[in-house]
Amino acid sequence: MPSNSPPLANAPNPASITEAEAEKITSLVMRRQLALSLRVASVFFVLLFGLPLVNLYAPALANTSILGFTLTWLTLGVLVYPITVALSYYFVRNSDAIEADCVQITQAARSETHEAQP
Amino acid sequence: MTGVAWIPLLFVVFMVAATIGIGLLATRAARNAADFFVAGRSVSVFWNASAISGEYLSAASFMGIAGLLMKNGYDVLWYPVCYATGYLFLLLFIAGPLRRFGAYTIPDFAEGRFDSPLFRKIAVIFVLFIGLFYTMPQMKGAGITLGAILNCPYWVGILLVGSVITFNVALGGMKGITVVQAFQYWAKLFAISAPLFVLLTIYGGYGATLNRAQTNPKAAPALATATTLKFKGQKDAPANAVAFAVSAPTEITFPNGAVLAKIAPARKPEPGEDPLPPTAFVNAATGEPAPLTLPAGFTARAVPFGVTKNQVAVEKDGKPVRTAPKLEFAEPTEAVLAAGSTVPNAPPNKKWLEPFGALTGKYGHPLLYTYSLIIALLCGTAGLPHILVRFYTNPDGRSAKRTTLLVMGLMGLFYVFTPVWGALGRFALPALYANNATDSLLIRLPMTLDNKLLGQILSGVTSAGAFAAFMSTFSGLLVSMSGALAHDIYGKMLRPTATPGQRLAAFKLAAILIGVISMLLGLLVESFDITVLVGWAFAVAACSYFPLLLLGAWWRRLTMPGAAAGMLGGGLLALGAIVCSMLIDKKILPLEVDPLTRSLMEQPAIWGVPLSISLMVIVSRLTAAHIPKDIHVKMLRLHAPEEMGFSKNYIEH
Repeated sequence: MPSNSPPLANAPNPASITEAEAEKITSLVMRRQLALSLRVASVFFVLLFGLPLVNLYAPALANTSILGFTLTWLTLGVLVYPITVALSYYFVRNSDAIEADCVQITQAARSETHEAQP
Repeated sequence: MTGVAWIPLLFVVFMVAATIGIGLLATRAARNAADFFVAGRSVSVFWNASAISGEYLSAASFMGIAGLLMKNGYDVLWYPVCYATGYLFLLLFIAGPLRRFGAYTIPDFAEGRFDSPLFRKIAVIFVLFIGLFYTMPQMKGAGITLGAILNCPYWVGILLVGSVITFNVALGGMKGITVVQAFQYWAKLFAISAPLFVLLTIYGGYGATLNRAQTNPKAAPALATATTLKFKGQKDAPANAVAFAVSAPTEITFPNGAVLAKIAPARKPEPGEDPLPPTAFVNAATGEPAPLTLPAGFTARAVPFGVTKNQVAVEKDGKPVRTAPKLEFAEPTEAVLAAGSTVPNAPPNKKWLEPFGALTGKYGHPLLYTYSLIIALLCGTAGLPHILVRFYTNPDGRSAKRTTLLVMGLMGLFYVFTPVWGALGRFALPALYANNATDSLLIRLPMTLDNKLLGQILSGVTSAGAFAAFMSTFSGLLVSMSGALAHDIYGKMLRPTATPGQRLAAFKLAAILIGVISMLLGLLVESFDITVLVGWAFAVAACSYFPLLLLGAWWRRLTMPGAAAGMLGGGLLALGAIVCSMLIDKKILPLEVDPLTRSLMEQPAIWGVPLSISLMVIVSRLTAAHIPKDIHVKMLRLHAPEEMGFSKNYIEH
């Protein structure tokens, strides 16, 4: 099986990396990624879990007629799809940015240690 | 609708031939075992996204949602929405890390993450469980589609379709399927959208159709022509019942007579309520109460009535509660409804159009039911075995995310059309309500057009789409399950020394074995709604795999005993609750449970997912000594971008 993207020339073998170093990299990436994921998820949750509440407690609003649709049908039957795609797009763009950023930070840190060694 | 519908049959044959043909062409490229199991991981984002969507859009998405929406209205919109947005969840928390970890299947992940071959075995068993659960609705789709086209019994469709797909998978493996699945997504999108544009111009627009329901809230649709209804006997409960309209009296004729098992109020009576009044189901000519055995040619009138308790009218929100009679037949029976009759079994417009209708409101806890359904579908998407395996065909974690983004778009594009069918069907083909046949809406609605040739062609398009739907999903499931059997049970447990050739032979044998089991299971579920069946498979996946993947990727203190306890505890309890619920519906299990428990049994995700997660957390805390020693390396592999060079394929070929 061919390897995926070519590893960096000075990338350490994952098994030999010290625990502290690994923890540092992982927590850097994980914390930022998780924060982003939770941010997007919360917007989505408010929408998805909020709609049944609107339906239950504000039926008049939910059943307002728009272009023949009821408001709640229009939301759940049509609008929800472009909204989700927009959220996904926002996530993927920012997630890629975080990764690029983290690669840069680790690379910079690594080349510093390499220069310091000799 | 007697005899064979030739034009749709041609379309279907073409679709099957194209599927097998493309599969065979692609198979020539599949040479080694890695190709066979996961398509060589060399698939571009566009093809991969099309293939994931193609595999995911099952008979439930293609036929089931439209049918269930016609039957139950607004509440059913949650199904397509959550099927599509479940991917957002996958994207946010699971897609990237899982691909980076570099395992082929959930069992690979289970073993690699916890260094535990034992846990791998547990995970394999769940792949088989969820997979088989999910094949049942696919088989039902096959049975009724072929039934509608060939006018043949249900089992013939299952046998035909099941064996064609099984042999295709046994011969081709997944390399073939990647291309086939991608082709099938576009075929399904065309099939669900193109006929709709024609139907919308003839029957009125989407908004206009919904507006018809809004302007006349109390009515239910009426039959345009005299309609013959066919009911099954008591052993096929609940498909042996008819509940008459509440909005107006209905006259019904039994040309060959009938034997009734029961005449009861359609609304499930609460304790203390009076039984059906003698005036509710009468001889239409004389007005006398109708007996249980009706002579040939008997015409009865079903009259709606106000519910009473000790002769005092029962009220809800200040309005009297009304219902109508419901008949259950002891033997297979035919009945005729005159043109203009209000159709039985259909909820009135208002209940159909507005939230908390017949589906979520059936046990009186609509909000709870809605939330539980949402959780099951959202989390279940992330836990389906045949979907996850697809993420390993992405070259890296970044393209796994891009693929998921594109999948979201492709799904939205497809799902936005499905409810339109249900709305059109309500007014254009209400006869399906009376026959409990709303699942066949997509095949039958085009046939109602005045232009018969056009109707046959459009029905051919949707039939071909339906075939693409259950073929692709069934193929994917078959590959996952056979892979689990051949790769894990045979290759890892029974004969670790097996050569690649022997493993390939095992895969083929496993495919045939599982194909046969699926067909047998499919025979059992004719009377259940496709979409409801799928919802149950999702609920089990949500309560078992989803917590495993979520915590496995993000919580370093998760241990093998913790993960196993959560997966087994949540998954098995959810499965048990659903099976009990199914048996009660079938009247095999004579159990009376209160409505709250009944809701929680039928939709277990709202307690199952938290239960599974809590079990994982608590047991992991208690067994902290089992945290893998190299957990820092594992977390690094899950989360570090590929450029850092920490990724490693779990299985090297």
